[in-house]
Amino acid sequence: MSLSGNWYLALSAVLFAIGALGLLVRRNVLVMFMCVELMLNAANLSLVTFSRMLNDIGGQALVFFVLVVAAAEVVVGLGIIVAIFRRREGESTTVDDLHVMKG
Amino acid sequence: MSVLPATTVLLATTRVDAFVFAISAILVLGGAIGVVVARNPVHAALMLVTTLLGVAVLFVEQDANFLAAVQVIVYAGAIVVLFLFVIMFLGVDREENVAQEPLPAQRPLAVALVAMGLAGVLLLGAAAHWSVGPHAVVGGARGQPGGDVAALGRAVFTTYLFPFEATAALLVIAVVGAVVLARRPPRQVREEMRGEPQSGPEPGGGEPETIADPMVALAEAVARAVAVGLVPNGHDGAGVPLEEEPVGEGARQ
Repeated sequence: MSLSGNWYLALSAVLFAIGALGLLVRRNVLVMFMCVELMLNAANLSLVTFSRMLNDIGGQALVFFVLVVAAAEVVVGLGIIVAIFRRREGESTTVDDLHVMKG
Repeated sequence: MSVLPATTVLLATTRVDAFVFAISAILVLGGAIGVVVARNPVHAALMLVTTLLGVAVLFVEQDANFLAAVQVIVYAGAIVVLFLFVIMFLGVDREENVAQEPLPAQRPLAVALVAMGLAGVLLLGAAAHWSVGPHAVVGGARGQPGGDVAALGRAVFTTYLFPFEATAALLVIAVVGAVVLARRPPRQVREEMRGEPQSGPEPGGGEPETIADPMVALAEAVARAVAVGLVPNGHDGAGVPLEEEPVGEGARQ
């Protein structure tokens, strides 16, 4: 038997907190995106831990779906970022510059 | 007599597991902090790889071998590469000044909020014994024939068949969305967005210019005709749409 699941859950909570902190603090839109990935990974870790603690494969199946959704999200999100910065040439990737809804 | 070796083996196993967990936890947390504090987006992406690999090790540690492999392939192999590609493509791989903060209250507020949330989650978890509930509802995870891969496959293709099909639809929609977003807008729309008016020379005033350089005038006329043909609503003001072409042709002689 491996280590108790509490450690894994605490680690995933801390990882999620770091991701949320980065999302709130950073201004670079790409780094913010990476912080979202950190939070998704924290959720995945906790789901796998629940799957082990409750001896239920459903948690792992859920992680599978989260992976698919994360991949689709990254594709569309990075596409949006590229589209924005192609139209607004010469700008940085700071979210403070993106304050108009107009393209 | 036989209890003692068993206990020793159990202790040794736990110690190895604890060691592996400690190393991976250091990797995961170090990578995560690196993502948050890195000034260069490329460094942040590499730190993200560290975190993802640490999480993959923790998956293996918890008998989720298939998910560990998928984690490495999909996340570290595809998503981070996509991130790096976009960073390089946009040319934003330069250092940014992290110390500069337009809203002075944002950082302390963010730290306080996150600390409160983390403390709340940890306290709730400790008070609620972390995970309680019925065991093996969808199917057992341990000791299944074929291991975790077969068990996961059975769950995905029986219990979660409809979500799996919806996943296929989601992927198709994501591909279509990426293509739509990556398309360049039509020429006229692009120039409109750039703010410069389409500099079509008037039929009268443009004459000397076209005579001065006939080939350029011809190319302009052809391009304008193509643009008008593609976008038939006649964006330009006066007589640009069709009478313009003979002028360009006439300039060729």
